[in-house]
Amino acid sequence: MAKPQNKYTGSSVFNTTPDATQRKKYCRFKKNGIKYIDYKDANFLLKFVNDQGKILPRRLTGTSLKYQRKISQAVKRARHIAVLPFTGDMIK
Amino acid sequence: MATKTTKTKEESVVLNNYESVIIFTPVLSEEQLKDAVAKYRKLITDNGGELIHEENWGLTKLAYPIQKKSTGFYHIYEYKAPASFVSTFELAFRRDERIMRFLSTVLDKHAIHYNVRKRNGEFNQGKNSPKQQEAKK
Repeated sequence: MAKPQNKYTGSSVFNTTPDATQRKKYCRFKKNGIKYIDYKDANFLLKFVNDQGKILPRRLTGTSLKYQRKISQAVKRARHIAVLPFTGDMIK
Repeated sequence: MATKTTKTKEESVVLNNYESVIIFTPVLSEEQLKDAVAKYRKLITDNGGELIHEENWGLTKLAYPIQKKSTGFYHIYEYKAPASFVSTFELAFRRDERIMRFLSTVLDKHAIHYNVRKRNGEFNQGKNSPKQQEAKK
């Protein structure tokens, strides 16, 4: 039987299927002490969008609510200044 | 950093930290771009603002076409200015045909800290970072 592919990520970056080897998710901002998310840094923001350019839900990334809000703000700003696309296929 | 607010405007003007990203059209020549950049630099200082830092990304590819152009000159001003200045600044952007897109944001204390660290080259992420472009020159 084929494994159900993840609807959002398509694959790799976040381990979302509750398989045997699932580690507990954590908020990377809290863990690494990141206080500010730069909306000009496309490579960093790409971690929080899927292949279509949609913002990934926090249940997949493990981000805390406080930083999810900042991510969403940063991604939207990045889209406005054409650092990130609004939409697209396979943007990564 | 924000200081105490006073009731009368003239007594002391509160300066906030802002950052404006501007995308100029790629059709500009190098000199025209310099003129445009200098014009806005002057506008900041003339209106009681204080320029903290500037960044130029040069000709950069856009993630999607704007006004049917797929590239643009990115320029970033980081400055301190009274709150009323931003609207005049943005009005000037809207009137300027050389500018395709702009974005002004307020910087909180974390953002200021981040920008200072970035300037000092504490992190080197991002292939598009201006530092690496400066290194090329």
